[in-house]
Amino acid sequence: MKRPEPVQVIKSRRDTALAALVGAVPYIEFLGIRFDRRGDELTAWLPYSEMLIGNPSLPALHGGVTASFLEVTALIGLAWSCLWDDLEAGRIDPARVAAGQLPPLPKTIDFTVDYLRAGLPRDCYARATVNRSGRRFASVQVEAWQDNHARPFALGSVHCLMPEDTQDGGA
Amino acid sequence: MTDILTIARQFIQALPFSRALAMELTELGAGSATITMPWDARLVGDPATGVLHGGAISALMDTASGASVMSHPAAPTSTATLDLRIDYMRPATPGQSITARAECHHVTRSVAFVRVTACDEDTARPVAMGTGAFTLERPKGPAA
Repeated sequence: MKRPEPVQVIKSRRDTALAALVGAVPYIEFLGIRFDRRGDELTAWLPYSEMLIGNPSLPALHGGVTASFLEVTALIGLAWSCLWDDLEAGRIDPARVAAGQLPPLPKTIDFTVDYLRAGLPRDCYARATVNRSGRRFASVQVEAWQDNHARPFALGSVHCLMPEDTQDGGA
Repeated sequence: MTDILTIARQFIQALPFSRALAMELTELGAGSATITMPWDARLVGDPATGVLHGGAISALMDTASGASVMSHPAAPTSTATLDLRIDYMRPATPGQSITARAECHHVTRSVAFVRVTACDEDTARPVAMGTGAFTLERPKGPAA
């Protein structure tokens, strides 16, 4: 009988894969977005910085920051759910992922943002829900909040085109 | 008109995030605005291709849309995005700047409706198109 892997080995493999996925996207670093992982569940975290302001007189976050934060959270959420499945099922080599050899990211087809209230000059959080992830298309919802999770300040809906199937060492 | 363009340009450059993305207002009409954003390696979404992240293009389109509302003859005192829907037709060509042209085509007492198109240097094939609804704060005073 095979003994289960030590928890630290599992955690380290998952954290390394997530760091490789997130670290590959320059725009995520530019905005300063980080991801907190609990099991397979991700929470995106955007620490406040003055660069993110759009309306200095209120002050309020730039609408483009909110849109970007939602879109980043949706795409990483979707890519992570696929990567998670591949890692858990052993379809992908964790060493290759750690070396930055990641599957291609899904592409945004369309994106709708609902601005519920002004973004305050504070940290933002967001979570994505993959409502459907098919072979070609995916539909992802995302909500962002600040101090109070029950009062989201923006909602997003994203349709994505999934990358061509490249497993089995395809192109 | 030159003065208004100068003032509007300074206004856009006073928005920290617009400045961080090096957005530049190039045209302002009566309910229309054009804003350009240079390609920048920090804004890339897919390092394998160098294609800009959709979020950066959304930010540009949101800014151009808001500027088109502010330039509308209804002379709003302020505006905020209610919703924005963007269709991404093709990846932006790496290395090329993106130009978003927004048109505020209809306003009601409190809402402005906007269409916006983003192109790279190949202006015949837009990179993205969007539609948005914006709040419209009118100047206080006796009703017209």
